[in-house]
Amino acid sequence: MTDIAHDMIPEAASAAEEIYKENILDHYRHPRNRGAFSPCAFKHREINASCGDDLELFVDLADGKMRKVAFEGRGCAVSIAAVSMLTEHVAGMTLAEIEKLGKDAMLGLLGIPVGPSRLKCALLGLKTLQNGIAAHRTAL
Amino acid sequence: MMTAVKNASGGMATPWSKARADFPLYTNGRRKIAYLDSAASSLTPEPVLAAMDAYYRECRANVHRGMYAESEDAGARYDGAREKIAAFLRAAADEIVFTRGTTESLNLLAYSLSRKLGPGDEVVISIMEHHANLVPWQQLAKERGFALEFIPLAADLTLDMRAARALITPKTKIVSVTYASNVLGTVVPVRELADLAHAVGAVMIVDAAQAAGHRPIDVRELDCDFLALSGHKMLGPTGIGVLYGKRGRLEALPPFMFGGDMILDVRKEDSLWNEVPYKFEAGTPNIAGAIGLGAAIDYLGKLGLDAVRSHEREITDYALAALAKIPGVTVYGPPSGSDRAGLVSFTIEGVHPHDAATVFDRQGVCVRGGHHCAMPLLRELGLNGTLRASFGVYTAPEDVDALVAAIIKTKAIFNV
Repeated sequence: MTDIAHDMIPEAASAAEEIYKENILDHYRHPRNRGAFSPCAFKHREINASCGDDLELFVDLADGKMRKVAFEGRGCAVSIAAVSMLTEHVAGMTLAEIEKLGKDAMLGLLGIPVGPSRLKCALLGLKTLQNGIAAHRTAL
Repeated sequence: MMTAVKNASGGMATPWSKARADFPLYTNGRRKIAYLDSAASSLTPEPVLAAMDAYYRECRANVHRGMYAESEDAGARYDGAREKIAAFLRAAADEIVFTRGTTESLNLLAYSLSRKLGPGDEVVISIMEHHANLVPWQQLAKERGFALEFIPLAADLTLDMRAARALITPKTKIVSVTYASNVLGTVVPVRELADLAHAVGAVMIVDAAQAAGHRPIDVRELDCDFLALSGHKMLGPTGIGVLYGKRGRLEALPPFMFGGDMILDVRKEDSLWNEVPYKFEAGTPNIAGAIGLGAAIDYLGKLGLDAVRSHEREITDYALAALAKIPGVTVYGPPSGSDRAGLVSFTIEGVHPHDAATVFDRQGVCVRGGHHCAMPLLRELGLNGTLRASFGVYTAPEDVDALVAAIIKTKAIFNV
């Protein structure tokens, strides 16, 4: 019976694999920089209530630059892969540089087609980091 | 059971494959799909589109006001739809109020009924409620000071009627429950709850969004005081819904919105309300929507609601049996054999529901993934979300087969 369904949309298989490329799944299964640490310069948590995604980022600074950033939490493959890639990408960057990162930069990092229904997942890590930076600046 | 699946590629010789041809999304849509999101919104058949189109083309005028043939024709079609809905619910036409949908119907009730509530009063709902039958009560409880109580679930995910009996007390002023859960498919013994409510003098409200159009509803038999439904979940258009109320209850209720059509007389300092149901229909109504909903009821009537119910039941049983065979798939719902709505909620171990729904989408399988606007229930179940496949009169066994294939594909991609 599975054959019938597969025949329904011949191009479907490749389209499904496009978003869940091997490196996305690799970051999902083996996230980089996962694990809380303290002491840290600041930490910040954001959730996507509609998905149940829940991320907390831990940041350590040296000379105004990201010395170390790690995350803890749970989410879908897109949100976890995105935050995992982000933690690698921002290492050594200044807060101002990170604040300039936009949606396109994050999607470029992911390198997969993300539709409107999954955009919030893709951007949750970046939003958490940027809101954390904003809160950190206010606290200073 | 569904034996038709074996000759699925050659088409099924059932009235349902004929019905499927009436739904243009299958022929005019962007792609070939297995539409399994009917609990969110059903597809719309040609006769419903034709009825709305005819209104716009043949008698496009306002209702109730114009003293000319076109307006009278529009009014006759609009109030004709009201009569169809009344017959559909075994109610009287003046007990049918048109709203935008279940959400508006329930907000109307929450705002209007809670005016008389205060500290010491209680409103009883269930933990299974859609946010539309939860948040209005929750917010008004804060404002008015009454308490909101939740009937829990029994271990088998049916409503815990023992707890319901203990919760419904003389303090209870309103009992408002879903007829069928949009997450679990659990069907609630509404009549039994209505009897409990009435025994303590409370008002009984039924959220029938997931039941209407899927099983026969007789409001006299249910003995509910109010019932809410949405047109777009029962083959009708979006933006139209119904609030049924027992005539005496509607008469006692103050109007919710003010404006044109809902008044008899307006002076500078005061106004006199129109009779029911018009006093609840301020402003120009969704005329085409009401006419479309009337046509949906005609269409369902031709299929027969008992036949609709047994078709959806067969598809549901077919889906439950198919999902039970897939390792790592967990189904959430009442035990087999119990009365349930035409939907199946499930999770795939190791795959977030949104990831699965995305893979399904790429396979042309349309399901809902997430909390289904019932976050307190999902928390109760200890889940972030589920995948939900929900069925309609047009659902064929091949749609379920496509779902099964999509689950297997997802498991392969995620290596679980």
